[in-house]
Amino acid sequence: MTLQALLSGQGLMFLFFAVAAIASGLLVVILQNPLRAALSLVINLFSVAGLYLSLNAYFLATVQVIVYAGAIMVLFLFVIMLLNMGQANLNTSYRGVRTIIAFSSAIGFGGLMSAVALKGQPNVMLPADAMVTGSSAGSVEGIGKVLYNPNLPWLFAFEWTSFLLLVAVIGAVVLAGKRQQPSEDKA
Amino acid sequence: MSIPLNYYIVLSMILFSLGIAGVTTRRNPILIFMSIELMLNAVNLSLIAFGRYLGDAGGQMLTIFVMAVAAAEVSVGLGILIAIFRTKDNVDVDVLNGLKG
Repeated sequence: MTLQALLSGQGLMFLFFAVAAIASGLLVVILQNPLRAALSLVINLFSVAGLYLSLNAYFLATVQVIVYAGAIMVLFLFVIMLLNMGQANLNTSYRGVRTIIAFSSAIGFGGLMSAVALKGQPNVMLPADAMVTGSSAGSVEGIGKVLYNPNLPWLFAFEWTSFLLLVAVIGAVVLAGKRQQPSEDKA
Repeated sequence: MSIPLNYYIVLSMILFSLGIAGVTTRRNPILIFMSIELMLNAVNLSLIAFGRYLGDAGGQMLTIFVMAVAAAEVSVGLGILIAIFRTKDNVDVDVLNGLKG
């Protein structure tokens, strides 16, 4: 495993997005203001979308930007502003102990898993891009041909995902919708 | 010269560990949700990287499902948060001990 791989064009792209992802991910964890943390999470999601592009997952990079950085982050920002959580969190009980335990467990877990990953095959090199009937597996056509193929296991799960989203929509409306006053039932 | 698979795995591990640190240090449920999103993204990245290096489209399929589940989870979780805020006026997870957890 050589560091020379990072000096090619593709390597510089990986390096740029990796550094951006790690830096903005660190900001999500340490910034006190929820709004700023949310905005650095947007940067993180964009960087991960760039890494998807470097892995030839074109369709998923687009979905990442539209669904995650668009829809989900707007939902987060909406709730932060609705609940007026712009100010810093004032509860600081056990703060130092908690931070030490959290970061040591995170570093321990990350170090352990990285050691396992680096102990395996040292140089898995890139094969040619997977093809689905003539187009790249990451393109819209490739994704569609695999996802909607009845001979592969994904179609059934895809149909149930639509049901899951329906349940989530109903649940969100029931939980966050306007509550009936209990006194109205008696009156 | 292309990038070895290990680089993507180690990057994914770093992002996942940052998510763990966020979930355990943060007391604000919205920030905990954001850290969970960070962890889900790290897993998505490793799924796509493994799929690309195995020459298999399955990694991208799994990522689609992870994204759908994440969207459902966030919408329901934020709904619960708004419902709690309506009755409690405080959403610090140290104060919310009604379940004695």
